[in-house]
Amino acid sequence: MTKIFKPAFAAAAVSLALFAQGATAAEEQFFPIIGYRVGPYGANGQSLFGGFIDYLSYVNLKEGGVNGVKMTWEECETEYNNAKGVECYERLKGKAKASAGPIHPLSTGISYALIEKASADKIPLAMVGYGRTDAVDGSVFPYAFPLVTTYQMQASAIVKFIKDKEKGNLAGKKVVFLYHDSAYGKEPILALEAESRLNKFDLVQIPVAHPGNEQGAQWLKIRQEKPDYVIFWGWGVMNQTAIKAAQKVGFPRDKMIGSWWAGSEEDTVSAGDAAKGYMSATFNVSGKAVPVVADIEKVVYGAGKGNLQDASKIGTILYNRGISMAILSVEAIRKAQEKYGKGKAMTGEQVRWGMENLNITEARLKQLGATNLLPEVKTTCDNHEGSGKVKIQQWDGSKWVAVSEWLEGNKGLIHPLFQASAKQYAKEKGITPRDCAKEK
Amino acid sequence: MNFFFEVLIGGLLSGVMYALVALGFVLIFKASGVFNFAQGAMVYLAALSVVGCMEHGAPLWLAIILAFIIMTLFGIATEKFVLRKLVNQPPITLFMATIGLAFFIEGLAPMVFGSEPRALEIGIVDEPIEAILESANMVISKFDLVASGVAAVLVTVLALFFQYTRVGRALRAVADDHQAALSIGIPLQHIWAIVWGVAGFVALVAGMMWGARNGVQFALTFTALKALPVLILGGFTSVPGAIVGGLIIGASEKLAEIYIPPVMQSAFGGNFGGIEGWFPYVLALLFLLVRPEGLFGEKHIDRV
Amino acid sequence: MLYREAGQFKTTYAADQQLFPIRQDRLGVIALLAIGFVGVPLFASEYWFSAILIPFLVFSLAALGLNILTGYAGQLSLGSAAFMAVGAYAAYNFQLRVEGIPILVTFIMAGLTAAGVGILFGLPSLRIKGFYLAVATLAAQFFIVWCLTKFPWLSNNSSSGVISTQKMFIFGHEFDSPREKYLLVLSIVVFLSLAAKNMVRSSTGRAWMAVRDMDVAASVIGIRLMPTKLLAFAVSSFYCGVAGALYAFCYLGSVEPDGFSLELSFRILFMIIIGGVGSILGSYLGAAFILLLPIFLDIALPFFANLFGLPFSTATVSHIQVLVFGSLIMFFLIVEPHGLARLWQITKEKLRLWPFPH
Repeated sequence: MTKIFKPAFAAAAVSLALFAQGATAAEEQFFPIIGYRVGPYGANGQSLFGGFIDYLSYVNLKEGGVNGVKMTWEECETEYNNAKGVECYERLKGKAKASAGPIHPLSTGISYALIEKASADKIPLAMVGYGRTDAVDGSVFPYAFPLVTTYQMQASAIVKFIKDKEKGNLAGKKVVFLYHDSAYGKEPILALEAESRLNKFDLVQIPVAHPGNEQGAQWLKIRQEKPDYVIFWGWGVMNQTAIKAAQKVGFPRDKMIGSWWAGSEEDTVSAGDAAKGYMSATFNVSGKAVPVVADIEKVVYGAGKGNLQDASKIGTILYNRGISMAILSVEAIRKAQEKYGKGKAMTGEQVRWGMENLNITEARLKQLGATNLLPEVKTTCDNHEGSGKVKIQQWDGSKWVAVSEWLEGNKGLIHPLFQASAKQYAKEKGITPRDCAKEK
Repeated sequence: MNFFFEVLIGGLLSGVMYALVALGFVLIFKASGVFNFAQGAMVYLAALSVVGCMEHGAPLWLAIILAFIIMTLFGIATEKFVLRKLVNQPPITLFMATIGLAFFIEGLAPMVFGSEPRALEIGIVDEPIEAILESANMVISKFDLVASGVAAVLVTVLALFFQYTRVGRALRAVADDHQAALSIGIPLQHIWAIVWGVAGFVALVAGMMWGARNGVQFALTFTALKALPVLILGGFTSVPGAIVGGLIIGASEKLAEIYIPPVMQSAFGGNFGGIEGWFPYVLALLFLLVRPEGLFGEKHIDRV
Repeated sequence: MLYREAGQFKTTYAADQQLFPIRQDRLGVIALLAIGFVGVPLFASEYWFSAILIPFLVFSLAALGLNILTGYAGQLSLGSAAFMAVGAYAAYNFQLRVEGIPILVTFIMAGLTAAGVGILFGLPSLRIKGFYLAVATLAAQFFIVWCLTKFPWLSNNSSSGVISTQKMFIFGHEFDSPREKYLLVLSIVVFLSLAAKNMVRSSTGRAWMAVRDMDVAASVIGIRLMPTKLLAFAVSSFYCGVAGALYAFCYLGSVEPDGFSLELSFRILFMIIIGGVGSILGSYLGAAFILLLPIFLDIALPFFANLFGLPFSTATVSHIQVLVFGSLIMFFLIVEPHGLARLWQITKEKLRLWPFPH
């Protein structure tokens, strides 16, 4: 154990030196980036974190940072592994003492492992479209933000989309919910069950064992059930396999609606022609038509500072999603600076306040060049989600095309589920919820 | 009843796909006693090489040849730089070395060819055969039929190779008894290099089939997990065992996925689907209790 | 010179049978314990506690468990992670459902539950051997994880199947800072390691080794195979179960069944093979190596890439990490197939004469 002892000293000395340095340098806002670029989901991580980092570079290059505060970041590879995620968090946490942008772990497992730690260390945890969904109730989870929308609201919005297609009546219809048998796939079940009671449709739940590269039995079963729609919650290889297997049993792909993690180019391109007509939900659109995306390509890649190895991924769903996540983070910092002093680096605590008081309106999105990239987001203490809206998009064989407006899930039905679950968590953990009326 | 047969046939055809991966394991285990855990990674590498070469403008046939060369060179290098240095080590050490090899490939392959999932078009669409669909209302996939055909050809070629060529005979001799083979002048290390080359070829075939089926991506490495129960069922050392084991595992796992969860649901309540992850293993385990060396494995006699 | 045991005479049976018969070893262990219990808590940073030391100890314990089964009793298992999962979920449920149960008792019960499950999955070992058994233990791996996902009762009906562990109190004191958790884990691990050290040199341990070397021969000389093998499975699973409970309670704080994947089992297997099969010390060395190597690569590679101005993208660096990790494992196996523990032994041999080899 002497081995451990020495580096501990060295580490302490180094961190002291860094601290001294930090005090004299110009104001910088540090982003701990806990991400992954290898392993089973590495390809997804590359596009997404590429977009995230590119937007940060863009803010630095275009406007010299937020009110002069430059964005800096450090990446740590988790390989989508919970234990590694915790190690990364602990490693980067020390540097996030003086200033901290929100952490986006992009893994439900890692989010769960970090919720308590991040709250204790006062570092905001953003889980944009994944993670612990009952953290929507900010009174119990002050530092956790399932921003934009959650699985449950998404499921509800998909049901709404189907209902619109069926002219407002789902009674007697049959919907199959085909899901990855994990925390991710199981999360929407309660919401879908509630929807099925409300709208009187039949819900058949079919789980697929991890990793989901073999779905013959499930799809034969679907063929036998003859459902009107398949709602599909897959991730990684499960997505292509499902699309291919649907083709194999002749199930029409345009009756298949995936979650937003089952609707990116990574999922459809490799399924080839089988994917044509397949639909999925999304909370950000694809393409370079969005002004900010085009501008990033010009400014960041023009300056040779792009993060993507393969620039053809600019404008893909996941790349744009990374940009959306970065926009939310940067806007939170901007908001925090308005309250705590412009041109200063914000601590995690201050950024947390910014995230809780986000108000990204249509007008603001336009200023950012992000009109229609993502929905309007307005967070409060008792609503850390802020939007709950998704679009449905369809794969036309070469790109994703949005086929609906922003659809909001049934908040009245879903949000009470979150509150009940958050309440139970608070009780188990002995947390006294904040009084949201007093937060401002 | 119709549905039962549909599931059964679908399962048998999937089983062929498992057997394709299992074959690679068998070849290497038979000849050198190495339980090659990197076989899944080799499947990935092979499929990725094909796609990678095609992206650089090579037509499919050339890409396949190039991938074959890559796999052969890789197999020979593995034998020369890793396994030859570990001769006479306990099997578990060799096994670990192949896991290290798997990591090596999982880092190397996407670094060279890129890691985004890609489609591999080999000209067969994975669709139901219309005639059967109309006459019997059964879904039989064209693609799976082709895959079984490929597997049949592959096994035949391997059998002929083992039976009638000089190298094949040497391979069998080595598999029977290393020392006896050495003593009659068979160059053991050449043979091992060849075996790794052949295993690379099998991985290439498996990689193309699986890649065309699910897309070429990292998850191809997981195909190894589907092959392991096939292996223990069929025996580590038997080529026909891999095929028969594959068929049994494929069919029973699909039937189980359809018919067991409803039974459990009525017993416990709740949803018990998704048993494909463990069912083949438990089945193989139960089977082993009756025949500890697998279906076609060699009976092991212990002497004190 | 430094490590010369000449002149150390044993005059009593007690002295002859002590755990560390050589004085230098004894002193070394005492020094390590002193550093572990006093030095480290005084100086280590929070990062070291929660990202390095606690997981190191937890994984050492799991590796120790697997080493008992694989290294001493010769039964190859690929299901260690599943037994850790049993321990973690059992501990959670005991805390949840038994009013006022002390946390240490919980850990013991978690271990015992895992031991029970271990015996069940150890039964096939009576008939199956070698790699067939290894693949059969995969059945345990997948089946247990599936069960934990499928029975909502086990995760207290949480909709996602994720459990979040309870607070730990011992005599009314809450163990919540990383330092306290570290000390708790260290105490448990030290205690269990000493127990293991004793166990493997008792008649049980010798029976295990006889079975490992050749089970038919062992049965001929009168070792009853069934209880011996099953005991090995039980003890091994007990260790893994406790490790799993500590993994959940002291390290991650919240776990999901999928976290206890085959990959984790492999990591533990790596640890004992790199560390040394059939060596208690090896479990520690292996755990340290497998845990620290990726972290080291993570820090060192970008540094070198910068140093030489190599145009590596982040993705490439991540891929190189995996590649180097795999290569180093192969390299170590080639250089020293018997693991780091063997290297340490060789070092000790050298130290006997060093620095005056003649």
